[in-house]
Amino acid sequence: MASTHVASSEAIAADNSVPVFYLTEEHAHAPGGATAFGFWIYLMSDCLVFASLFAVYGVIGGNFAGGPGPHELFELPLVAVNTAMLLFSSITYGFAMLAMEKRNIAHVQGWLAITGLFGAAFIGIELYEFGTLIAEGATPQSSGFLSAFFLLVGTHGLHVTIGIIWLVTLMVQVRRMGLVAANRRRLMCLSMFWHFLDVIWIGVFTFVYLMGML
Amino acid sequence: MLSQVWAFLFGRLSFESLPFHEPILVVTFIVVALGGIGLVAALTYYRLWSYLWHEWLTTVDHKRIGIMYMVLGIIMLLRGFADAIMMRSQQAIAFGGSEGYLPAHHYDQIFTAHGVIMIFFVAMPFVTGLMNYVVPLQIGARDVAFPFLNNFSFWMTVSGVVLVMASLFIGEFAKTGWLAYPPLSGLDASPDVGVDYYIWALQIAGVGTLLSGVNLVATIVKMRAPGMSMMKMPIFTWTALCTNILIVAAFPVLTAVLALLAADRYLGMNFFTNDLGGNAMMYINLVWIWGHPEVYILILPAFGVFSEVVSTFSGKRLFGYASMVYATVVITVLAYLVWLHHFFTMGSGASVNSFFGITTMIISIPTGAKMFNWLFTMYHGRIRFELPMLWSLAFMLTFVIGGMTGVMLAVPPADFVLHNSLFLVAHFHNVIIGGVLFGMFAGINFWFPKAFGFKLDRFWGLVSFWFWVVGFYAAFMPLYVLGLMGVTRRLRVFEDPSLQIWFVIAAGGAALIAIGILAFLIQLFVSIKNREKLRDTTGDPWNARTLEWSTSSPPPEYNFAFTPVIYDSDAWWDMKARGYQRPLDGYRPIHMPKNTGAGVILAGLAFLTGFGLVWYIWWLALVSFVALIGYAIAHTFNYDRDFTIPAEEVAETEHGRTALLGAGA
Repeated sequence: MASTHVASSEAIAADNSVPVFYLTEEHAHAPGGATAFGFWIYLMSDCLVFASLFAVYGVIGGNFAGGPGPHELFELPLVAVNTAMLLFSSITYGFAMLAMEKRNIAHVQGWLAITGLFGAAFIGIELYEFGTLIAEGATPQSSGFLSAFFLLVGTHGLHVTIGIIWLVTLMVQVRRMGLVAANRRRLMCLSMFWHFLDVIWIGVFTFVYLMGML
Repeated sequence: MLSQVWAFLFGRLSFESLPFHEPILVVTFIVVALGGIGLVAALTYYRLWSYLWHEWLTTVDHKRIGIMYMVLGIIMLLRGFADAIMMRSQQAIAFGGSEGYLPAHHYDQIFTAHGVIMIFFVAMPFVTGLMNYVVPLQIGARDVAFPFLNNFSFWMTVSGVVLVMASLFIGEFAKTGWLAYPPLSGLDASPDVGVDYYIWALQIAGVGTLLSGVNLVATIVKMRAPGMSMMKMPIFTWTALCTNILIVAAFPVLTAVLALLAADRYLGMNFFTNDLGGNAMMYINLVWIWGHPEVYILILPAFGVFSEVVSTFSGKRLFGYASMVYATVVITVLAYLVWLHHFFTMGSGASVNSFFGITTMIISIPTGAKMFNWLFTMYHGRIRFELPMLWSLAFMLTFVIGGMTGVMLAVPPADFVLHNSLFLVAHFHNVIIGGVLFGMFAGINFWFPKAFGFKLDRFWGLVSFWFWVVGFYAAFMPLYVLGLMGVTRRLRVFEDPSLQIWFVIAAGGAALIAIGILAFLIQLFVSIKNREKLRDTTGDPWNARTLEWSTSSPPPEYNFAFTPVIYDSDAWWDMKARGYQRPLDGYRPIHMPKNTGAGVILAGLAFLTGFGLVWYIWWLALVSFVALIGYAIAHTFNYDRDFTIPAEEVAETEHGRTALLGAGA
């Protein structure tokens, strides 16, 4: 924090003479020093988008409009596989970050690729689930419940898709520039993003799928 | 076949979308077009395009971005006020069988556009602009935490503005009122483009607002000068911190609720529809969970301005600094616990209404504490009645009235009588004009010499001040009366002739405000013309207290040649009191971010995406959205974003200031 700078920079004069009102040395604000914090703040705002969608699901998630409800529609085994894909992808991203700490580019790229594949598998299964539902006639237009379901789950899926695009972009950038400070910072931001989506998914899995089947 | 090709190329856009049949709009369009052509011609004639592009449009300097926000706010104030004066004149004459001069579908667009523009594109740019300009200077930083993001945020706001302005001449705007309640804003009741313009303009501008909120929170938390602990931050910075936390915590809800409305309208979903399990009241709840914090987003920085102004022009340290901070934080928290008072009549029952009524009334406690702090700051002070101080005094009187009518509305049984009436309209104009707008004028008059190196003309400032203040009372006090008599808002014609006199007085008030706005523009013009006479070479024309006054006016692009060290919340006052000597040598090279045109390009693509979505021109929406994402990714491949100002250049700039200070002394 800012206040600790003073003590360390020996800025306060010992006697009662004019205190030091400026630093003569250019103290290096590392570029991007606020990035992790700023990105965290952004994630919290994104979290509120999901909070709103969860609230909407809470309010109209029971409005089946005479149509099918969770019991008729959800297939828990499929969703369990899907959940596993996303959880595994978080672990493998963690391994990528460990490799980054060791500056092992090949391992970073490998783990990122595996993470991306898990993510793609997740999206694939989700699209398959959506496709099945729509084919059964349970479209987003049929009831308030299905509107809320598709938009909540779909928004999460959209985030994962963006995460995959970002991940591929970063793989290209790591290949080009190596693990420079800027790229390490970006990998860390994506890491937060990816784990954040995992947490959101646990909410979706619990509140939408598990509690829906109760 | 041909019609299919047309539909593919232009969606539902057609020649009938252009309002040739509306004489008012045709004349407006001609005036705007001529003005635009004149502006382009002048820029070309004086060869200013390159200057404009390189120095302003692509800038990442928080000061210039702040100034651009203020210019945007002033331009949109003129548009929003044009709407206001049309409504006031319509209501003043539409009596005794007269239909007035505005047809219903036009009138409904006007009151919607007025509200949307005044909140999102006048008040928000003013507030954001002021924070952008002042906060980094007050905390001794060289720029915000994410300078490019700042530029991008500004242009996204502009993109939203352009979309709203486009609706004036291409198609139409929403006819739903400024918050677009469903089911009226649903596809069944509003099948045309108005609500779509509304949705995409706010979504695009909302991205900018949210990112600028993230940016300023990170700036304030991470980039304060050494020694500036939280409780040594200037009050304006404190209010800016709380406002940006509110932005980050409230705007996502607006994004979500507008996305749901768009899903209803574009994808046929059932969030807010009347059938198939939709729930329209859910929209109203969600939109006010954003909307109530939004009014505090606007007012808190104004409170910050008044705190700085009152203490500067009373020549005293702010009374009760700590209580001011706590009051601000308490208001920030309570902002989330009152949203339901906007619709007590929803029928949620006595217990719920009591809870929200009481939390609403509790907000008047920290606000009252602030009011007493300002009064005690003035007590025994040597008050200088400069323009910023006059605006602050007018605020204190006016805002207390607005606050009291607010507490009246917070009482649920009273609200059942007063809701949706002109009493409510009078109340929120009372607090937004008397609070936010007066605060912005105080801020503009206060910090203008910092931004440009010369003061604003006092005479025209006084003219503007008095016409605004008197005009405000004349325009809105009659609305309180009418509201108590039961007149509801958004009416176009009236039956009862005894009401007319009040509307005529209100229209007269609007005319006085028009003179106030004109005088403000003249004030700017006259000040620029007489800038040599109004010049301030000291950088501290008001004998002020906080850090921004320690640097030159206008500040160099790097703000401070040396990082300042802070010991007191009134850092500059402390420096002056304890014999601070400005350093004259030992300059170091300074690291700064480079300008970039990416913000303009990305926002332009966002506009095209929005326009395509509004008119169902799917190829345009898709192509420009893909281009937007592609360009954003390409931008991340640019790793070379900084440059260094050499020490000699810093020395030259600083020596220039030394010479100025010497000449002035």
